[in-house]
Amino acid sequence: MAKITYIEHDGTDHVIDVKPGLTVMEGAVKNNVPGIDADCGGACACATCHVYVDDAWLDKTGEKSAMEESMLDFAENVEPNSRLSCQIKVSDALDGLVVRLPESQH
Amino acid sequence: MSEAGTGDLTARVVIVGAGHAGGSAAAFLRQYGHTGPIVLIGDEPLLPYQRPPLSKAWLKGEADADSLQLKPTTWYEEAGVSLRLGGVVVSINRGAKTVTLASGEHLPYDYLILATGARARALPIPGADLSGVLALRTAADAEALKEALGPGKRLAVVGGGYVGLEAAASTVALGGHATIIERESRVLARVACETLSVFFQDYHGERGVTFVLNAGVEGFEGRDGHVTGVRLSDRSVIACDVALVGVGAVPNEELARDAGLHCANGVVVDIEARTADPFVFAIGDLTHRPLPIYDRQFRLESVPNALEQAKQAAAAIAGKPMPPHEIPWFWSDQYDLKLQIAGLPFDADRQVVRGDVAAARFAVFHLKGDLVQAVEAVNAPPEFMAGKQLIAKRTPVSIEKLADTTISMKEVAA
Repeated sequence: MAKITYIEHDGTDHVIDVKPGLTVMEGAVKNNVPGIDADCGGACACATCHVYVDDAWLDKTGEKSAMEESMLDFAENVEPNSRLSCQIKVSDALDGLVVRLPESQH
Repeated sequence: MSEAGTGDLTARVVIVGAGHAGGSAAAFLRQYGHTGPIVLIGDEPLLPYQRPPLSKAWLKGEADADSLQLKPTTWYEEAGVSLRLGGVVVSINRGAKTVTLASGEHLPYDYLILATGARARALPIPGADLSGVLALRTAADAEALKEALGPGKRLAVVGGGYVGLEAAASTVALGGHATIIERESRVLARVACETLSVFFQDYHGERGVTFVLNAGVEGFEGRDGHVTGVRLSDRSVIACDVALVGVGAVPNEELARDAGLHCANGVVVDIEARTADPFVFAIGDLTHRPLPIYDRQFRLESVPNALEQAKQAAAAIAGKPMPPHEIPWFWSDQYDLKLQIAGLPFDADRQVVRGDVAAARFAVFHLKGDLVQAVEAVNAPPEFMAGKQLIAKRTPVSIEKLADTTISMKEVAA
C-alpha cells in the first residue's frame, strides 16, 4: 500500500492507503474523496481529475504524455505541477505522495 | 414532512437503479453531508460499476468486476448506504411516498431518485431468441460476448453505432473477424457527421472489419438453438459464431409512467433533474432533460450526463448550491483512436474540418452562423477542449482561423 494525501482546496486532507497498480485518481474516487470528478473513468478524455503534485514528488510521478499535456493545456488554473491523476500509476515508490486539488474541475 | 429542496440532511432517500447515475447519487449525497438513510436498489446482482469499458477493456480481458466498481464493496457499509441488489421495484405510490419491491417489501421515502437507465432495443425478428444473439449493456452481457470471442471467431454486429464499432475493434484485437450490418448508408448515421462515418468505416475496414450497408435484417439463423448467421432482406446470410444487436436503447420509464409521471422518450425533468413531483427526481439515461444552450429537451445517453444529474439531485436534496451546467460530451476509444465529442449539432448550418483526416488527427466543428454548436475530435484533444469551451461561452469564432491549423486552438478560442 502507498499512503497518499489528498488535500482539498479548502485545506481538508484525506490520507488514503492506495493499492499499487491503481491510479492516483482511482485512489480518490474509490474512497469518495471530494474534488476529483474523473467523469471519463480514467480514459484521459475529460481533464476532471486535475491535481497539483507536491513539488517534492514531481520527479517520481513521471512524465506527462502528449495527450495529457494537451488536455491539461485547456483545464482551468493550470500550474507547472498540474497533472491528470488518472495518468499517475501508484507504486510503492509513491508512498507518502501529496497532491492538492483545484477549486473546481469544470 | 420535509420541504422539497430545503436541505433536510436527515431525509430518507430511496434510489431506484444502481448504475452509474444511481450509484453516484448515493456517493454525492454523502459527499454533500447528507446523513439520513439512503437505500440503493438495483436489479443487477452487482454493485454500481462503469459500463463504458464493457465494450473495450472488458472484452479484451483488461478489466474485471473489481476494477470497474464505482466504489469498493466496503464503502457502502461505511457510508451507511443500504443495498437491495437483485431487487426489482414494481410500483411507486407517490401519495404514500413508498416504493414496492417484487419481494413485497414496501420502502418509505422522503425523496425518490429514479435512475433505472435504458435497455438495449430488441429486434422483434425470427431467431432473436437463439443463444449467441447478444446485446451489450450489462457486465453479464459483456461476459457472454467475451466468452464467444477469440482467435478465428466471427462476430456479426447488427447496427453500426458506437457499441458495435467498439465491439468490432475489440474483436479484431482478439484475433477474430467482425462484420457490421447497418440499415443506413453509413455507420454512426444517427450520432455523427458523414466525415466521421466515412473515416471510422475506412479505419475499421483497413483492420479487416467488413461492412454491409443499406442492409435490412430479416432474422437470425441457427442450429441446435445457437446462432449461425444473420439473414438479410436480400436473402443472403452473414455467417457468424456470435451476433451482437446494437440498435440503440430505450429508456426504462414504465415504472415512472405507471406512477403518473410525465414521460416523452424518457422521464421529463427540469434543469435540476426534478420531475413534476417535487419529491421525485430522475437522472441519467432515463431522462428527457432540458439542454439550455440548444433551447430544447433531449435524452442523453452518457456517463457525464449521469454524473451531472446525480450531482443535481443530490445537491437539491442536501440543500447545496446547484453545480454549474455542463456541455453534453461523449467519448469512444477504438484501436488507437480517441474520439471526443462536445455538444450536439442542433441547428448547425455549416461544418468546418480542422486538421488532417487521412492522418487520423482532425476535428469537425458544427456551427450555427459563427457559434460553435458541437465538435467531433479524433485524436485532437485541444480541438475538443477548446471547442467545449467555445460552446459554453457562446462567443463567435472566425471560420478562417478555425480551419487554419497554423493558428492554435488557444488563439482561436481567445
